[in-house]
Amino acid sequence: MDATDQKRLLREMLFARRFEERCAEAYQERQIGGFLHLYPGQEACAIGVLEKARPGHDYVVTGYRDHIHAIKSGVDPKAVMAELFGKETGCSKGRGGSMHIFDPDRHFMGGYALVGGPFPLAAGFGKAIQMRGGDEISICFLGDGANNQGTFHETMNMASLWDLPVLFVCENNLYGIGTAIERATVEINQYKRVAPYRIEAAQCDGQDIDVVMQHAETAVNYVREKRRPYFLELMTYRLRGHSMSDSGAYRSKDEVEQWARRDPIGIYKARLVAAGVLSEADFAAMDQAVQDEIEQEIIPFAEQSPEPAVEDLERYVYVEGGCTAWQN
Amino acid sequence: MAELSYWQAILRAHDEEMARDPLVFAMGEDIGVAGGTYKATTGLYAKYGEKRVMDTPISENSYTGIGVGAAMLGCRPIVEIMSVNFAWLAMDQLMNNAAKIHYMSGGRIRCPLVLRLPGGTAHQLGAQHSARMEKVFMGVPGLRVVTPSSPRDAYGLLKSAVRCDDPVVIIEHEAMYNLKGEVPDDEHFTPLEGSEVVRPGKDLTLFAYNISVHWALAAAERLAKEQGVEAEVVDLRALKPLDRTGIAASVRKTHRAIVVEEDEAAVGVGAEVIAILNEECFFELDAAPVRVHARDVPTPYNRRLEKASIPNADDVVAAARKLLGR
Ligand SMILES: Cc1ncc(C[n+]2csc(CCOP(=O)(O)OP(=O)(O)O)c2C)c(N)n1
Ligand SMILES: [Mg+2]
Repeated sequence: MDATDQKRLLREMLFARRFEERCAEAYQERQIGGFLHLYPGQEACAIGVLEKARPGHDYVVTGYRDHIHAIKSGVDPKAVMAELFGKETGCSKGRGGSMHIFDPDRHFMGGYALVGGPFPLAAGFGKAIQMRGGDEISICFLGDGANNQGTFHETMNMASLWDLPVLFVCENNLYGIGTAIERATVEINQYKRVAPYRIEAAQCDGQDIDVVMQHAETAVNYVREKRRPYFLELMTYRLRGHSMSDSGAYRSKDEVEQWARRDPIGIYKARLVAAGVLSEADFAAMDQAVQDEIEQEIIPFAEQSPEPAVEDLERYVYVEGGCTAWQN
Repeated sequence: MAELSYWQAILRAHDEEMARDPLVFAMGEDIGVAGGTYKATTGLYAKYGEKRVMDTPISENSYTGIGVGAAMLGCRPIVEIMSVNFAWLAMDQLMNNAAKIHYMSGGRIRCPLVLRLPGGTAHQLGAQHSARMEKVFMGVPGLRVVTPSSPRDAYGLLKSAVRCDDPVVIIEHEAMYNLKGEVPDDEHFTPLEGSEVVRPGKDLTLFAYNISVHWALAAAERLAKEQGVEAEVVDLRALKPLDRTGIAASVRKTHRAIVVEEDEAAVGVGAEVIAILNEECFFELDAAPVRVHARDVPTPYNRRLEKASIPNADDVVAAARKLLGR
């Protein structure tokens, strides 16, 4: 990877961090409502994996912590922010919200609120790809907690049985809200849980984007070439609460501080600085540019966009003319 | 015009749609090699192969979800759940995903899934294999619910459902798969909205759907012979959305209404139809509308008890006589 790409990747992670931090502010100002789940600490996961896939071509699905997966899939950050603000210009026209970011044009097939719900959807995308005969793959990002749902086991079984081209990425951040993994799950190594389904699997550090990309490349190539499922577990940690309404009572300060030292942006930046790819001053300038973009382009777009019209409340419940269109 | 049984009509619809569109596929437990619990997919496995006629593991929620995912990418899956009772396990994928994705995505993603559900009280299958769930589905925005009472509609509704861009739940009846009826030889489509007057009349309306259409028709026959009463029978057919206009139009003519349903009354089709009558044509009513419905019990095994748990044509006749004061 050349220096330009390295700097771009660092900028993408930094952008993700600043974007999410700005969401938290907007939430405090009540410009964003509902549940808001932010991504700081886990940036190397979505960005590293999708760097090795083909965003916009491959299909991506995830849970409710979905802003960055969408943005790395090529969804316009302005449309994501507008969605959080509940605006008509949002990528789901203000009907979805933070947990339901959609952009089929970018093959970003959604964020979903129910833990474990996207597993079968991802397999269904794999099934559709298989039927159409393309070279796309389906990529499903979920947490460690999701693996205790029946859909995990049911879907692994069927994805393997039917040779579906699905990459399952488990972002193991060691907690499902306030419950530590070992208090909820017998086998804490998630990648071992797919062995009975004869799915290839690996576990790696999710904080070092170079490590993530190295494993993601293997995983993506495997799924694309073998047309078989693959399960990649990324060991990671969220530096903020589960959502905006998290007491944090379940984790020690010490633990959080230890993981903060393994901040994916810090790790990558230090590496690039050491290699002479960029200087501290370059990084500060990059950070400023990112914040300027958010403040001067993204936030004003979301703020100034119109809300959906109340007259359109019932629009989109059904496809307009969708039951008769084919008859004409 | 061929005489087909209900299952043969469903099979014909599958076959025609699968032959037409390579993205139509069927999935469900035992639908492939075994040909389907009620034979509705017999022979399709040999004709279309295992990728398009998929025997699934016993994982209702996730294979329904796989259908949803495939539909989101433009496939037209026809998912059969062996018995409507097992559809409870698929509720998350159906209610939270299939029904809501189009709306949540601001109309950007469609989910043209077809879910076929054999249900009802058949023959001594016991409480966990005898049930109706229409009341659950018909309360959900985003779903369409239809329920055929004849082979003609079993064919025509499945045809329309496969072509529809919304998720469609088709409620079939286990006691009707061998019912025979005329199905036109030409390809045809039964509308997914609207009801049908299957017997015109002027003295009262019997609203029915699925198997209860047959009880209503038998009752109307007897009322005509024994009482000289001309009962109109309306096959509701589409339960979501219900045909408000058709329901009101019939009662504007007859001024009396009975809703006949195999289901328990509470929160059900009858309750909804009567609410519509109140809203649309209350002052046209000459008598308070009534419901003929199942007793409020889990379906018992014993044949006598089982029969007593659901209504029949006699109950409809008795209700009609009472309503008419005869
Ligand atoms: C079916 C369901 N049950 C419970 C919840 C509430 N809930 C939301 S997120 C969450 C924890 C999920 O943990 P994990 O899968 O590890 O994801 P993480 O947020 O840690 O990335 C829970 C219990 C839900 N949204 N859906
Ligand atoms: Mg977790």
